[in-house]
Amino acid sequence: MVRSLLIRGMLVGFVAGLLVFGFAKIFGEPQVDRAIAFETAMDDAKMKADAAKGIHDRPEPELVSRPMQASFGLLTGVMVYATAFGGLFALVFAFANGRATELGPRAVSALLALTGFVAFYMVPNLKYPANPPSVGHPDTITIRTELYFAMMALSIAAMAVAAVLRKRLAPKLGVWEAAIISGAVYIVAVMVVAAILPPINEVPSDFPAVVLWHFRVDSAAMQIIMWMVLGLGFGALTERSFIAKGLYRPRLTPALVWR
Amino acid sequence: MSDKAIGSDIVSAPIPVREILPWIIFGALMLLAIYFVGAEEGATSLIKGMYVHEWVHDSRHLLGFPCH
Repeated sequence: MVRSLLIRGMLVGFVAGLLVFGFAKIFGEPQVDRAIAFETAMDDAKMKADAAKGIHDRPEPELVSRPMQASFGLLTGVMVYATAFGGLFALVFAFANGRATELGPRAVSALLALTGFVAFYMVPNLKYPANPPSVGHPDTITIRTELYFAMMALSIAAMAVAAVLRKRLAPKLGVWEAAIISGAVYIVAVMVVAAILPPINEVPSDFPAVVLWHFRVDSAAMQIIMWMVLGLGFGALTERSFIAKGLYRPRLTPALVWR
Repeated sequence: MSDKAIGSDIVSAPIPVREILPWIIFGALMLLAIYFVGAEEGATSLIKGMYVHEWVHDSRHLLGFPCH
């Protein structure tokens, strides 16, 4: 049972990865290129200024060429990421289905994807947004990574607490009130965490604002595509399989659910 | 209207936790894979050099991980 869910999750994640790659290739890469053009211009200016002072900087050696990074490199990263998230999603679904809510597998899958997107990406990125190349000092990479993962971990923990709270409150208050109150608890918790963690702003003052905006919108869109395909795709396939195996019988007859 | 059943959804019992637990090892493998895309040869490093970092460079930026 868990095995088939895991395989299905990874397959849906793989398909989601292909779509995310297509989007990133068409919309995200031009922003990365513009950011690198800015970086190159800054480096050239610095090198010229240094050369005038008699210092000769060495350009960084290029391990992987830009065309490779923008094609197979991007494909590898996105596919590994999306397939792995598909597998994780399936394992959490295996635990949540029948426990977290009284809803059917399709609704559980959709809600799990929505909360996953909010907890794993949206909230951590509101505090520490995605940055294109040339934004961020190499010296601060350790602290920036630690803070980003701390924000993410606390956001996921708060979401788990909110899910348990919703389940406990639902019989007493009703499903709407329970969801609103536990949702508010999550929001207040992550706001407190975000207020305590230090801010990071390393955007160069003359970095083009439009490139930064587009880059961040494209980054968010990639995540929305991934979570949407995971939630809706995995849910549809799992519900069909559960109905076939007699594990789930919707109130509407299967003929109405599946035409 | 006649093919609408009356009553609520019938949901099967949840998968027992002891049945899910052995699969957690795969969850750990997934997290390791995400680590390689998101942070290897950036803040921390399991493999020497910068090749993994450079290879997944664009996806690391676009997926929202801190880089450089």
